[in-house]
Amino acid sequence: MRPFLAGRVMESYRKNFRAFLAFFTPPFVWLVLFFFVPLGIIWLYSFGETEGLTKIRLTWTLENYKRLLEPEIISLFWRSVWLSVISTAVCIVVSYPIAMVIATAKPKWKPWLLLVIILPFWTNLLIRTYALLNILGTRGRLNDLLHWLWSAGDRALSLIGLGDYHLLGERFMPVKFLGEPVGVMIGLVYVYLPFAVLPIYASLERLDRSYLEASLDLGASQWRTFRQILLPLSSGGINTATVITFIPMLGSFLIPDLLGRGQVDMIANVIERQFKSGNDWPFGSALSLFLLYITFILLALQSFHAMRQRKREEARG
Amino acid sequence: MAREKREPAGPFDYSRKLSLRLVFFLGSIFLYAPIVVLVIFSFNNSRRGGNVIWKGFTTKYYEKAFHNDALMEAFINSLAIAFISTLIAVILGALTAVVLWRFRFPLKPVFEGMVSLPIVIPEICMGVSLAVFFSSFGLYVPRDMPFPLNLTNIIIAHITFSFPFAAMVIRTRLNSFNREMEEAAKDLGATEFQVFRDILLPHMKPGLVAGALLAFTLSLDDFVITFFTSGPNTVTFPIKVYSMVRFSVTPEINAASTILILITLLVTFLAMRFQSFEEPRQ
Repeated sequence: MRPFLAGRVMESYRKNFRAFLAFFTPPFVWLVLFFFVPLGIIWLYSFGETEGLTKIRLTWTLENYKRLLEPEIISLFWRSVWLSVISTAVCIVVSYPIAMVIATAKPKWKPWLLLVIILPFWTNLLIRTYALLNILGTRGRLNDLLHWLWSAGDRALSLIGLGDYHLLGERFMPVKFLGEPVGVMIGLVYVYLPFAVLPIYASLERLDRSYLEASLDLGASQWRTFRQILLPLSSGGINTATVITFIPMLGSFLIPDLLGRGQVDMIANVIERQFKSGNDWPFGSALSLFLLYITFILLALQSFHAMRQRKREEARG
Repeated sequence: MAREKREPAGPFDYSRKLSLRLVFFLGSIFLYAPIVVLVIFSFNNSRRGGNVIWKGFTTKYYEKAFHNDALMEAFINSLAIAFISTLIAVILGALTAVVLWRFRFPLKPVFEGMVSLPIVIPEICMGVSLAVFFSSFGLYVPRDMPFPLNLTNIIIAHITFSFPFAAMVIRTRLNSFNREMEEAAKDLGATEFQVFRDILLPHMKPGLVAGALLAFTLSLDDFVITFFTSGPNTVTFPIKVYSMVRFSVTPEINAASTILILITLLVTFLAMRFQSFEEPRQ
């Protein structure tokens, strides 16, 4: 695509083997030692049994994997998945228009609008979750807002003579967010929304606007152009956004921990318990690996989809 | 080129649509309101339940936070970890970026996949595996290790998850390098090392800085992986704040959080400055 890239020919590693080794060895060794070896160990542990307090014996048992099928764990997976699916869907639906606004803004404004979205993403996750904790409490700001809306609604009803029916209830009842799935979902959307905006923005920014022009010129409505032209053309961005929000959501620990208050556990919370207080490392390892496999499958599906998309685009010319 | 210059025609000028603007506006409020409330309430003069009722302005919780030795120690630990891990992460990231950009070698896609794996796998998996790794190899850091060395485990963990990010940023920068410069230098008799030091490295500099700032914030931010690799005597700022949130609600948390938000803003601002050096070259 870009001509200067096409002109660049990479050097064979054999031509300058010592230079290659000098660059290659340190990151490779580091990665193997501190990333793959640890993963290998928990892989081994997932076939082990606890013996005593900290001893683990490798017996190649499948017991830990069988325990994944216990109803309690299945309902845990199920909860983690639907919380993440709904939150991802909300993220995509909200971030698409946001990305549209940024992508079509005046060039002068673009970096600033992007900054508005990215800045929270640079802010500490713990602090953001804690900040949300203050908002979502029964006496928090969100309930203040809802109370105010309730009063306004109640007054409006009184004005039109329906005051005696108390259609909105006798008194304002604060909504419980913390310790409820809805609180965790708000947290997930809040934290991962910027993740979803960026890939969609990138795909909208890249796409060829003449297709939209053509569609509108040929008499298609705005809505039809959006549905049949814009949406398919940006589907790559939507897919990437889905995967990169869904994966961290599924494995998130802090949000269900603080906002779920132990009532809305997700996979990571149970993994943490196996390693910290539960002291069942083999089972914790099996759970972690299961989460890892799900991640791999999702990534594989996504890259498969991206590949097919690329082929289709090439075929189109 | 010509297409880009033309103002996009009216019908798909989405940024001018009121409904879409409203979504952007509400989305931004959603993203910022909790943080703004937190900052405001860090000045709230109320001991119990500092986040519920406004009781007047005070800065005493900032003073308290600054005089909280455990909190300050955690803060210094976090900064030390961030500095040291950033330094090594940038070196490893730069090496990775150069390897991927410069050489053709067998199983290159495999290596590429290996490097990007720490970016994509769930944090909890990495935290757990490192915790198990350190303990099963008996790599407990002795209790009486001098200051930065007692943080070794956490630093290793932070380098592992941040250097792939640094590599990504630096590699993007390398793509704009003009190879002819390198060839010219070699024709004029420069050695491999001289080419690297005098030609490639200066070109990489903005990428290195951007990568470093990214690694620095990632390190400063990390909770989950640190949570699993830190010991009872090596507490970082997020770990300390977490235990404060879990066990007691003190208004100091608001003050301490506000300070960390300010630091993050500063680092982001610096990152933007360096990014804007890069961009005009399109």
